[in-house]
Amino acid sequence: MGRPVAHRTPWSFIWLSVGMVLFLYAPVGLLIVFSFNASPMSVAWQGFSWHWYDRLLSDRAMWEAAQNSLAVATVSSVLAVAMGIGAALVLERRPAHARGMEWVHNLLLLPLMIPEVLLGVALLLFFVIIEMPLGLITVMIGHVVFNLPLAIVVLRARLRKIDPFLDEAARDLGATPWQTFRWITIPLLRPAILSAGLMAFTVSLDDFIVTFFTAGPGATTLPLRVFSMIKTGITPEVNALSALLVTCSMAFIGLSLFVQHREARPLPSQVERT
Amino acid sequence: MCSSIGIGKKGWSFHHDAPAFVHLMRLNAFSSSLLPLWPALLFLGVFFLAPLLMVVGMSLASRGTYGGVEWALTLSNYLRLADPLYLGIYLRSLVMAGITTLVCAILGFPLAYTIARAPQRWQTILIIMILIPFWTNFLVRTYAWIFILRADGLLNTLLQGIGLIAEPLPLLYTDGAVFVGLVYGYLPFMVLPLIIAIERIPSALEEAARDLYASTWVIFRRVIIPLAKPGIIAGCVLVFIPAVGAFITPYLLGGGRRLMLGTLIQQEMLVARDWPFGAALSVLLMVLVLLTLILTRRYARWDGL
Repeated sequence: MGRPVAHRTPWSFIWLSVGMVLFLYAPVGLLIVFSFNASPMSVAWQGFSWHWYDRLLSDRAMWEAAQNSLAVATVSSVLAVAMGIGAALVLERRPAHARGMEWVHNLLLLPLMIPEVLLGVALLLFFVIIEMPLGLITVMIGHVVFNLPLAIVVLRARLRKIDPFLDEAARDLGATPWQTFRWITIPLLRPAILSAGLMAFTVSLDDFIVTFFTAGPGATTLPLRVFSMIKTGITPEVNALSALLVTCSMAFIGLSLFVQHREARPLPSQVERT
Repeated sequence: MCSSIGIGKKGWSFHHDAPAFVHLMRLNAFSSSLLPLWPALLFLGVFFLAPLLMVVGMSLASRGTYGGVEWALTLSNYLRLADPLYLGIYLRSLVMAGITTLVCAILGFPLAYTIARAPQRWQTILIIMILIPFWTNFLVRTYAWIFILRADGLLNTLLQGIGLIAEPLPLLYTDGAVFVGLVYGYLPFMVLPLIIAIERIPSALEEAARDLYASTWVIFRRVIIPLAKPGIIAGCVLVFIPAVGAFITPYLLGGGRRLMLGTLIQQEMLVARDWPFGAALSVLLMVLVLLTLILTRRYARWDGL
């Protein structure tokens, strides 16, 4: 259980770490606390109030943005996971002996590596050149571009832990490739599918830059709304909306990590064996 | 080889050209098992690779007299990149991203070490605590700093409240604010690969060094840091790339005037509407990113991320 005494972590490191974790959480935590402040102007605390949430929830434009955000996040995460399953299977089960495979792999991951501004600019130019009107559809396409590599990474990590001989066993017993996929691979992948989907959903819900470049008028999402509220001057409603958004994404990510963590535990049959 | 996996010159034509595509499938023994890869590959080919190539194409065009785009081949946009006005902005971006990377590495290392060597149960909790901000709304996380740093914000109010200052300090819209925002935003990107790298180092090595009377400092300098180097480099790349192309942070915390490469591109594209020049700037950023990735490829370790 305990680690040998010889490599105790220096106390200075532990205190620095506590400071770092505080640094990561305090600003957002303070924002959430002050979203309940009754005072309309200053940051001086004038008592607890749901007022800004009330105002936020009675704003029709806000509900429209929320609907758009949900639509984009749902469509883009479902599409990304659906395409990601196939790609992850091929990449994981047929690793890079083939020289071309490494290039495929790099291409599939590149959208995660480049600064988002580049992705936004490229998509904007593309949609304008092919004369596709900017709107919710273009935003959805943009979100699939970064959600797809994300889904592939999560799914591959799970596939790596699944015994490939299970597939082969199914094939030996006469299952067609489709049957093997449907009844062996998919059930084994289910936790990763859920986890990848949740993660893609959250990243899409949170995305600002790609949305900013690819959304036309009428395709406002919640982060775009936050941005325009910040630009037009700070009203306390931004704090409430930000607090809601950040709580949602923390909850979804927490859930996704929980599912991933649970799947890392041994399967029941393996426990029985030991 | 390339044609069998669907990229390269032949591969691109398959969706226009069904018979050739069927023929390729029959020729290739792997094709049936490569089938599931195609939707993802085609999607990113059309909506990622093609748009990037269009940016390159656009950078060779020129701006029309009335604001449109003229498709005459020219290098004038690239010549304009060398304007001292813009050189200063690139330099600023590079320096800001460089310092951000360095500070993230210095702050992130003790944190990563503590997590990597923590007892199992703590380790899981702490890793999740680093991962959550990693995936949480970047815009809101940046906005939190406006709330803290602005003239009537939390920090100024606090400092005035305890009587340390009489007038609010100008904290927001400074390089310092951008810098804090960048470190805050990208610190988790540094910590995660560091944790993985440090965890891989057997603690027996540290014990051995201690048995040989190495001090803590010497153990870090001569054992841990050299062995964690691939992780340190991976972390530095993961911080440097988004920092050098950052848009939200310099835009919101730096105000309109203190441009970095990301905000300059946005301004050329959406405000000045000079698309060919905006595209040339994008190509510059792309080259910078690809160079960083290629130069560090041999030294960085990405697996396990």
